[in-house]
Amino acid sequence: MNVTVLKAETARAVPLTPAAVVRFQPPKPNLLTARILPALSMAAARVLPPLIMLALILVVWELLCSKPTATLPAPTKIWKEAYDLIVDPFFVAGPQDIGLGWRVLTSLQRVAIGYGFAGIIGIALGTIIGQSVWAMRGLDPIFQVLRTISPLAWLPISLAAFRDSQPSAIFVIFITSVWPIIINTAVGIRNIPQDYRNVALVLRLNHFEFFTKIMIPAAAPYIFTGLRIGIGLSWLAIVAAEMLTGGVGIGFFIWDAWNSSRLSDIVVALAYIGGIGFVLDRIVAMVATVVTRGTAAN
Amino acid sequence: MSAYLRIDHVGKTFRRGSQETEVLTDITVGVERGEYVSIIGHSGCGKSTLLNIVAGLMSVSQGAVLLENREVNEPGPDRAVVFQNHSLLPWLTVYDNVRLAVDKVFGATKSRKERHAWTVHNLELVQMGHAKDKRPGEISGGMKQRVGLARALAMEPKVLLLDEPFGALDALTRAHLQDSVMAIHQKLGNTVLMITHDVDEAVLLSDHIVMMTNGPAARIGEVLHVPLARPRKRLELVADSTYIKCRQRVIEFLYARHKTPQLLAAE
Repeated sequence: MNVTVLKAETARAVPLTPAAVVRFQPPKPNLLTARILPALSMAAARVLPPLIMLALILVVWELLCSKPTATLPAPTKIWKEAYDLIVDPFFVAGPQDIGLGWRVLTSLQRVAIGYGFAGIIGIALGTIIGQSVWAMRGLDPIFQVLRTISPLAWLPISLAAFRDSQPSAIFVIFITSVWPIIINTAVGIRNIPQDYRNVALVLRLNHFEFFTKIMIPAAAPYIFTGLRIGIGLSWLAIVAAEMLTGGVGIGFFIWDAWNSSRLSDIVVALAYIGGIGFVLDRIVAMVATVVTRGTAAN
Repeated sequence: MSAYLRIDHVGKTFRRGSQETEVLTDITVGVERGEYVSIIGHSGCGKSTLLNIVAGLMSVSQGAVLLENREVNEPGPDRAVVFQNHSLLPWLTVYDNVRLAVDKVFGATKSRKERHAWTVHNLELVQMGHAKDKRPGEISGGMKQRVGLARALAMEPKVLLLDEPFGALDALTRAHLQDSVMAIHQKLGNTVLMITHDVDEAVLLSDHIVMMTNGPAARIGEVLHVPLARPRKRLELVADSTYIKCRQRVIEFLYARHKTPQLLAAE
């Protein structure tokens, strides 16, 4: 006991005299200790847990599928068989032998067109339904029925109507993602506080000014909820639609790989689809936080 | 004679299905140009309904509202409202909130530069020039109410309608804001119609206090003239005999004689 106390006292006594020297040092270690290290540890706290879980899942998967009788490929087998797909997303070796990056881009292009239409028409229709009691009474029940129809059930109809696979796939994207956008926009418009409407009335804003200056900003959080659900659904639908319509997209790639029993390629494609879906969702969420910054504050 | 703003035998009945609720009965109030008139009454007596009718946000069931001898029955910037809960648009900055009103009212008559100057001028008038680039979410309740006032003043209304503008504020902020409103009224000579349930506020600010009976079917119980000279100083008035007498009158009405005359007779 005595010894430790003595040690502590001497240790405390030493830095008292060269205090002036210590004062010159802070700027340099500050940046490292106050900024970079905490940021690194924050990042590690976010990134490490999912990485560890992923490693665990891969190990279990490897163990489960390592038997010779296993029906699905193990991670190591996938790495060997689909090496070219994993390493280079943008190779071109022939008309149907291209990297998954190209296929994803083709699918994304379809999604962009279909989702773009869904966004414009969904917000427009949602605004009408939110504004007019009669439009709501007339259209809402119909929409509630239509939105439960599976995306793929629309495909034969759209194939018959457009007589081509490309517009059909785009139509399926559109019809899948438009409903949540319509419904959420309508709810957002209906929930605009009476106060804002009163302000518009006192200022005598015309319909166009009311739409751009009050309605859209006030309903923006709801609209973006719809847009976020919509982008998820359209990415779900494109894979299914492409499986049936063929062409270059990621959906058809999976179907093609299944027909030629390239199971490893399918697993790689699944990883791509999941990754892209996650990124799309993040992008819409980020746009939402930027755009609705002011509205959320209230 | 006819007043600048005249609320003439106004009645309001709400209908829901077959049920009818009479809220206001035979309300007649005259407000002269440059006058400050308060309407006071217990909550639920229909004060806000009356203000909404004057603003044109609600229609009358009987009677009419006349401004400069012309009937008004729809909202417009000549009767700017300062709403109880400020009603600033949260996605616009303080400046843009006022600018929206300025652009709308003076878009045809003032140049872009003049409109900018007018917006800044009105923000300075309520001492909010320093926060013009903030959003409503970033400023305090009292500051929001100041911006709401600036927005209303910027419309250069014929009548300024204040709907319990200080109701949601703490006592100190409220006093501060009341002083600001008094100073602005003194400077610009606005015609003001204010709804309140605060006796001190009514006596301090008003030339006339209109006391309303309790609803349903609320009517005007009494109109009190407040013969205090302006500018009024809060501290000096605390001990002023006229002030105390006016205050007494209003409190007496609110707590003893606020019931409808018919009910009083029956008692």
